[in-house]
Amino acid sequence: MKLKTEDGGWSPYLAGAFLGLLAIVSVIATTKLIGKTSYLGASTTFVRAAGLAEKKIASDHVALNEYFTETKVKVDWQFMLVIGIFLGAFISSIMDKSFKIESVPPTWEERFGPSIGKRAIGAFVGGIVAMIGARMADGCPSGHGLSGMMQLSVSSLVALAMFFGIGVLVANILYRRRA
Amino acid sequence: MNTGQWLGLITGVLFGFLLQKGRVLRFDKQIGAMLLKDMTILKFMLSAILVGMVGILLLSNAGIITLSHKPMNVGAVLLGGALFGAGWAVMGFCPGTSIGAIGEGRWHAVFAVIGMVAGAAIYAELYPLFKSTVLAWKDFGKIGLQETIGISQWIIVPIFWLVAIALFILFEKKKI
Repeated sequence: MKLKTEDGGWSPYLAGAFLGLLAIVSVIATTKLIGKTSYLGASTTFVRAAGLAEKKIASDHVALNEYFTETKVKVDWQFMLVIGIFLGAFISSIMDKSFKIESVPPTWEERFGPSIGKRAIGAFVGGIVAMIGARMADGCPSGHGLSGMMQLSVSSLVALAMFFGIGVLVANILYRRRA
Repeated sequence: MNTGQWLGLITGVLFGFLLQKGRVLRFDKQIGAMLLKDMTILKFMLSAILVGMVGILLLSNAGIITLSHKPMNVGAVLLGGALFGAGWAVMGFCPGTSIGAIGEGRWHAVFAVIGMVAGAAIYAELYPLFKSTVLAWKDFGKIGLQETIGISQWIIVPIFWLVAIALFILFEKKKI
């Protein structure tokens, strides 16, 4: 098994195993330092970001909204984690020169052409649907896929099966080219 | 910034670094997995789970940390999971990887992030409706596989490892 990929990345097995270690260190660190065991996740932060943005224009509305009240609109541990993901990816990609400005990904371009507008609409609409789903299911591939699976949560097993099952179905309809 | 925010930031930087090094942030890798052509993200996720689950279950047994299962709310997980899967296939990113993808220059993920923030806002508005419908069907609560099927986690974990390793061998054989 190769430890490096052709473009200077790490073997996904190696990078993944390190992420497993990070998940372990992170639950200990959050328990000891914040007093509450926190698991890696990302999608709740989008709710808080939406709440923070809406607060600027309609703060009463946010205060009265049941979901925002339950989620607690604030910049917390996970919010900073998500910002950190951006920074970490930037640092890594600069270090191994894999940083690349990309407007339309190759697989998308092959199927839908080089239009940035089309790609933007796809990403935007897909984002809306995916986030409604993630909030309903109470997790995304980080919260359910990684953290939930590590705890053997029943909901995460089912959620991950649905994520992938429906993902495979829709991706094959959208991107598979007829031979 | 308080301790929690600093800790989150540091953990996030390492998380993003590993996601980028594992090359799982890219649209083509995510769609590649859904087309069953490139299993990089599955190799990455399963490896993380295999290592993480051993440590987390040991720490929980020792009483050092507490587990935090998400509720097995049938309607929420099935319908929410399906919606997520469909949106994921169109968007080509998940919430965490969209942010990381922008970090490595794939700036079209900005549209995905804006869509997801909008989706979160829409969910907040529709929450009362969902609460009285899809979320109200049947909730089994915060359950783990261990107590649900009544088998020790130390039997489940080795089985999980064996299945994952068999998948890895299959992926490598098929070069996907």
